[in-house]
Amino acid sequence: MSNFSTATSIAHNVASGAQSAASVVEEHLQRIGQREEEVHAFNLVTSAEARERAADIDARIARGENIGPLAGVPIALKDNMCTRGVPTTCSSKILEGWKPPYNATVVDKLFAAGAVFVGKTNLDEFAMGSSTENSAFGPTRNPLDTSRVPGGSSGGSAAAVAAGFAAVSLGSDTGGSIRQPAALCGVVGVKPTYGLVSRYGLVAFASSLDQIGPFSHSVADAALLTEVIAGHDPMDSTSIPKPAPSLVSVLGRGVEGMRIGRVADLPEGADADVLARLDAAFVALEKAGATIVDVKLPSLSYALTAYYLIAPAEASSNLARYDGVRYGNRVAANDMNNMYADTRAAGFGDEVKRRIMLGTYALSAGYYDAYYGKALKVRRLISNDFAAAYANADVILTPTSPTVAFPFGAKTDDPLTMYLCDIFTIPTNLAGHPAMSVPFGTGQANMPVGVQILAPTLGEEAMFKVAAVLESAA
Amino acid sequence: MSERLSAADVAKVARMARLNISAADVERYTQQLDGMLDHFADIDNLQLADVQPMTQPFPLVNVLRADVEQPCLDREEVLSAAPAAEQGRFRVPPSGGEDE
Repeated sequence: MSNFSTATSIAHNVASGAQSAASVVEEHLQRIGQREEEVHAFNLVTSAEARERAADIDARIARGENIGPLAGVPIALKDNMCTRGVPTTCSSKILEGWKPPYNATVVDKLFAAGAVFVGKTNLDEFAMGSSTENSAFGPTRNPLDTSRVPGGSSGGSAAAVAAGFAAVSLGSDTGGSIRQPAALCGVVGVKPTYGLVSRYGLVAFASSLDQIGPFSHSVADAALLTEVIAGHDPMDSTSIPKPAPSLVSVLGRGVEGMRIGRVADLPEGADADVLARLDAAFVALEKAGATIVDVKLPSLSYALTAYYLIAPAEASSNLARYDGVRYGNRVAANDMNNMYADTRAAGFGDEVKRRIMLGTYALSAGYYDAYYGKALKVRRLISNDFAAAYANADVILTPTSPTVAFPFGAKTDDPLTMYLCDIFTIPTNLAGHPAMSVPFGTGQANMPVGVQILAPTLGEEAMFKVAAVLESAA
Repeated sequence: MSERLSAADVAKVARMARLNISAADVERYTQQLDGMLDHFADIDNLQLADVQPMTQPFPLVNVLRADVEQPCLDREEVLSAAPAAEQGRFRVPPSGGEDE
């Protein structure tokens, strides 16, 4: 764990009066001032709003008010979550300057819990990428080694926490976009069960896969933040109609008697340094009283194909809304079809266009059954594999990313090479399960390695118990 | 290359997706998308006839609410974010031309 203060300790200190929210926010803004130019974690730093909000929290504490579980905690938001009156760009030119007329549900929840927003973080355009090199506003750099990528697509949110610009942050995860950058930046990253956290106000990429989740320095902070943002929301028709789980309370319970799955037929592709840390994690859990069991996931090797047909198909439909009519930017033309086509050509970057075209093709007449239809069936096979595996295991451990953080440009020549970064994270999204990445030592070039904990639907309790044990053993 | 996908296919897809891209871009995307489809051929030989497609992580039920007035977004605020608006509505150029 880093030397930066955790959200848990900040909230405790602010609520008890040991520290003012104003001093906490100044400390974080100071670090932003020192390193943001180099790291570029943010599309927008909201210093004035953060100071105003912190002052308000301090005044309310002085009046004896109870602020909430995130009292005075500086938080950064991925710039694909709607914030009323505050620009929300998705790191795309097509939305540059757009100010949403409403807040995402998670934003309202964080406000109500006493959090202080410090800014909107950079991402691969519309969350499409694994390195944050696809941002229309320039890449984010890994704070641990600025010659390397922070991962993606939530690279800005991961970097903001790793650099101490915010105590915690939120990202979104469609195929690994929280867990992979968390692993590459040495922080904790959680993708909750699909439907546990409301997607209302999250700009849609692939609606059957997208999920919001936290980045943090500690497992306890991730549990706390997940508790705050989870819960049923009538504004999201895919929201699970159950109350938010209690997660912080399970952290000390250990893994005695738990069954930890090791994937016997894990797809190839992970570097030796990453696999060595995974082995060490199994040893640590066994030492803590868990049993290691072998599980088989024979369809896992097809997950990449299923994902890169399903996600672009959904994206091609979701991104049809950027047509220059209701929001965002427009390229003027004398008729509507040309206005659409010119606006979208000028507004979207290369990777977004590529995925829109791939998705349009996979859904088009004559190709639907061969591509999209078949991918949906493979998705079922993967889900069935997991169901069989979880009959014998409480959680499954895999690498988060096949490699440690890589240098800029290393994977930009061939889109498929970049897609392979997500090979271990994608299956979870297809199944709709929760998963998280926990830092577990370092690999090549002394860069952090993350271990991924996968759990069945609403298996967050078991997942966090294992995460807490790994954190203390790391 | 370009056995699965021709430049004409990509040009048609770009038109359907309302993306006005150059001929050079069509060539480049054809090569890249063709490479991806090659990789995606790994599922071609799977026996999937009896497998139910999975569109969502869990079955969805339609969400309904009582048909009563509720607060909604402010019209002026919404229109102020549009590229062009007039008389309380979005303003667009005339429709016309060929459609797919």
